Amino acid sequence: MNDRPFILGGLIVFVVFVTAPIWHGVATRKIALAAPEIKLPVRERECVAPVGYMRTSHMQLLDDWREEVVRTGQRKYVAYNRKVYEKNLTQTCLSACHGSRQEFCDRCHNYNGVSTLSCWKCHSDTPQVARNSP
Amino acid sequence: MKITRKRFLQLSGLSLIALAARKIVRGAVNTATVESTKAIRWGMAIDLEKCRQKEGCNGCIKACHSAHNVPQFADRAHEVKWIWKQPFEDVFPFAQTQYTRDVNAGHPVLLMCNHCDDPPCIDVCPVDATWRTDDGVVTIDFHRCIGCRYCMAACPYGSRSFNWQDPRPAIPTLNPDFPTRTKGVVEKCNFCEERLAKRLAPVCVEACEEKALVFGDLEQPDSEIRKLLRSRFAVQRKPELGTGPSVYYLI
Repeated sequence: MNDRPFILGGLIVFVVFVTAPIWHGVATRKIALAAPEIKLPVRERECVAPVGYMRTSHMQLLDDWREEVVRTGQRKYVAYNRKVYEKNLTQTCLSACHGSRQEFCDRCHNYNGVSTLSCWKCHSDTPQVARNSP
Repeated sequence: MKITRKRFLQLSGLSLIALAARKIVRGAVNTATVESTKAIRWGMAIDLEKCRQKEGCNGCIKACHSAHNVPQFADRAHEVKWIWKQPFEDVFPFAQTQYTRDVNAGHPVLLMCNHCDDPPCIDVCPVDATWRTDDGVVTIDFHRCIGCRYCMAACPYGSRSFNWQDPRPAIPTLNPDFPTRTKGVVEKCNFCEERLAKRLAPVCVEACEEKALVFGDLEQPDSEIRKLLRSRFAVQRKPELGTGPSVYYLI
């Protein structure tokens, strides 16, 4: 039983070593990352779905739109607020509302390190201002 | 209550007659609804006589290719086309005599996807990226196309083109209303499906000044196209293959 100090000492050193990152995190001040600077739409006040839903599930909505337009030809979307929208990435999402791919989509996607699934390789990312200006 | 044998047989006979009558009535109602909701089948008639009038006219081709962002590659091996022209003798090799040759010389025939009734291209697609809509339009889901080019091999009319390279740099003026394609997908004429949804005629039909292209519903007996097909002699490309093209040529 003469080894007790060595064993306990070793254990303490081990626990401290393993939990070192936690202590380091507690000791140093938290680095506050600035939220991505997203340019919000000027004209429109509401999206086709509640903001919370769009933040988490816009990709699902866009995927559903794609499927419905391409496969079944249903081009109109009745939103939660009974408004009717055309299911169109370039015209409805970009031109009529968000205005800029770089300042909206890309900023948040880059911040989160998420790729944009190559939407814009085919769909035009040039908003048609003339047509949709009020 | 006591029921006699005779009464029992009478009752069962009556119930059987009632059941049969119900079935007959239902059947009649069902066929009536089928008759009224007959499907649309879009088709096109190309009047070769009118098409011949203006030599070297390419209005329809230009209009289609700029509306649909079709790339223009200088290298023919990379050519992408939705609507194009080919010499008469190549298109209808059995429909000419030594005398008709002069008539058609220098007047190539306008070609596009035939939007077949039974399209061989859709049967071979391994990913269901191409199919025939309820309106009879053979269409492609560019999102799903994997670029295997089976459909190009299956199409007997050469209507499909493959994007061997990124098409965007080869598009003269980009039309933001219609998506471009990407490298590695097959494309072809879509009968202006995006315009049909807005009840507009295809771009080529609208662009033709001679009114040589007539578009309409082949299922409507009183449509303009059906009247033309009744009154004029019309041929299809390679009808012997049984694909049932929806594009007719008025000779």
